[in-house]
Amino acid sequence: MARPLGMATRQAYGKALVEVGKLYPNVVVLDADLSKSTMTKDFAKAYPDRFFNVGIAEANLVGVASGLATTGKIPFASSFACFLMCKGFDQLRLGVAYAENNVKIVVSHGGISIGEDGVSQMSVEDVALACELPKMVVMVPSDEHCTYQAIRAAVEHKGPVFVRTGRAKAPLVYDAPPAGFAIGKAITVREGKDVTVIANGMLVGPALDAAESLAEQGVSVRVLDMHTVKPLDEEAVLKAAKETKGIVVAEEHLVHGGLGSAVAQVTARLHPARIEFVAIQDTYAESATGEELMAKYGLSEPDVIAAVRRILA
Amino acid sequence: MAQYGPPQTVPQLEKTAKELRRDVIRMLYEAKSGHPGGSLSAADIVAALYFRVMRHDPQNPSWEKRDRFIMSKGHAVPIVYAAMAGTGYFPKEELLTLRKLNSRLQGHPSAKDLPGIEASTGSLGQGLSIGLGMALGLRMDGSDSRVFVILGDGEIEEGQVWEAAMAAAHFKTENLIAILDRNRYQLDGSTDEIMNVCPVVDKWKAFGWRVLDIDGHSMHQVVHALEAAKEQTGRPTVIVAKTTKGKGVSFMENDNEYHGKAPGKDEMERALAELS
Repeated sequence: MARPLGMATRQAYGKALVEVGKLYPNVVVLDADLSKSTMTKDFAKAYPDRFFNVGIAEANLVGVASGLATTGKIPFASSFACFLMCKGFDQLRLGVAYAENNVKIVVSHGGISIGEDGVSQMSVEDVALACELPKMVVMVPSDEHCTYQAIRAAVEHKGPVFVRTGRAKAPLVYDAPPAGFAIGKAITVREGKDVTVIANGMLVGPALDAAESLAEQGVSVRVLDMHTVKPLDEEAVLKAAKETKGIVVAEEHLVHGGLGSAVAQVTARLHPARIEFVAIQDTYAESATGEELMAKYGLSEPDVIAAVRRILA
Repeated sequence: MAQYGPPQTVPQLEKTAKELRRDVIRMLYEAKSGHPGGSLSAADIVAALYFRVMRHDPQNPSWEKRDRFIMSKGHAVPIVYAAMAGTGYFPKEELLTLRKLNSRLQGHPSAKDLPGIEASTGSLGQGLSIGLGMALGLRMDGSDSRVFVILGDGEIEEGQVWEAAMAAAHFKTENLIAILDRNRYQLDGSTDEIMNVCPVVDKWKAFGWRVLDIDGHSMHQVVHALEAAKEQTGRPTVIVAKTTKGKGVSFMENDNEYHGKAPGKDEMERALAELS
């Protein structure tokens, strides 16, 4: 049974940003002509003097953000995930990561659930790219409440942070902002003893749905909301590897370089475990509705169930 | 060696620039690699900035009221290190650690390694955007500090430079001052042959900048232009400084072999003799 949908995580970002802007006068926001989509428009309306629309120029967006950070501002720079990470990557390398500037990168339209606009607007590699930047914190929050906490944590963290949000309404995982949220600390959203599903972003909802369906069939599934990909909660992964028969990693991202790769590195080093990967295989998607794409490219509840079954087979 | 002190006069600056050039030659000889041509062409501009025009405190590199400086064409950082040592950011002996293991003097500028370096550069095209961000941040705080950015003329082939140029004019950052080291060469050859960047002055004007067109080796003109660039005109200023690549060392001048080739012992001695 599918969970009720909450607001899109990009919408939650827009709201959280206004609140953060009130609490932190040093927060400034930059966008590259997509403020109506990334939802930074809410901040622009509330604090016009602290908002910079640099136009359609993502390289400059990141460069200006890093310059602002050197003057003590806390810049949040936003655009679509694909444009910011691909066109701004060299600027992220030198101006943000290498210089260790206190810049927050919050992207929208992560993954393929954006739907009809198709491949050029979809981002299936942004998490891998973000993880390749030394000391960059990388978060992929699951729903509106998790996003709120991720943004609060991002502003309080000193150093570069990447947060991926999505276009589509996100299945509700929490009733309220999860208490005790911390960067690098997984949230156990369901206890279980047979198999562990480690998911983030839009896959946490389907993972919980899958766990419910499997419970009816007598299979006990633990579900972790691994909202932080870097630094990864190694302890939670190790516990899953030791206490359950295997791990399913579920993410709206290419199978190479995202959460799955991060989890596999930990198990390979600390406690080799059977792992199945629910992710986009070595391909781009296409235009269709988000739901159709999530189903076709293997990112829905039945795919998680099948992966759990493969581990138990 | 010139010590940092009261603003230097034009004749003093001319002498200082020569000393900085000597330091560059020694550093690159010692490092056995690096880029002499672009450091030598920018030497007079850098000398004027560090020894006269910029407000800065080498004893307190993070002084809030300081002007900011970015060497956007990061391969010319040796001339910046020479000026920093000359004004007392660090002991002059440290210059000879350039490009060596555990040195703070990285081959291209690293902000996290060396206090006083404001931006990590070396991937061409990024410095003006970073400078624009600094200019915006300083303006928000009501600061009267300026941001100086040295660009290479080959560097302006990078599209990001023009993204930043467009945005700086749009945001009216009059506290942002770019200096184009117009030495007419890039790695593969002359800018005329490889990628024609002309008409340079008209391009910047068209992007909404105030343009000052000068001889980048006339210390009088360099100082005058940098002082004039501080005037509040409601728009950013670019100084197009016509320079000679390798300036001051006869066999390096306009010989693009010395874009990225360090001098050997014999070359070093000849160069130092010419610069004495």
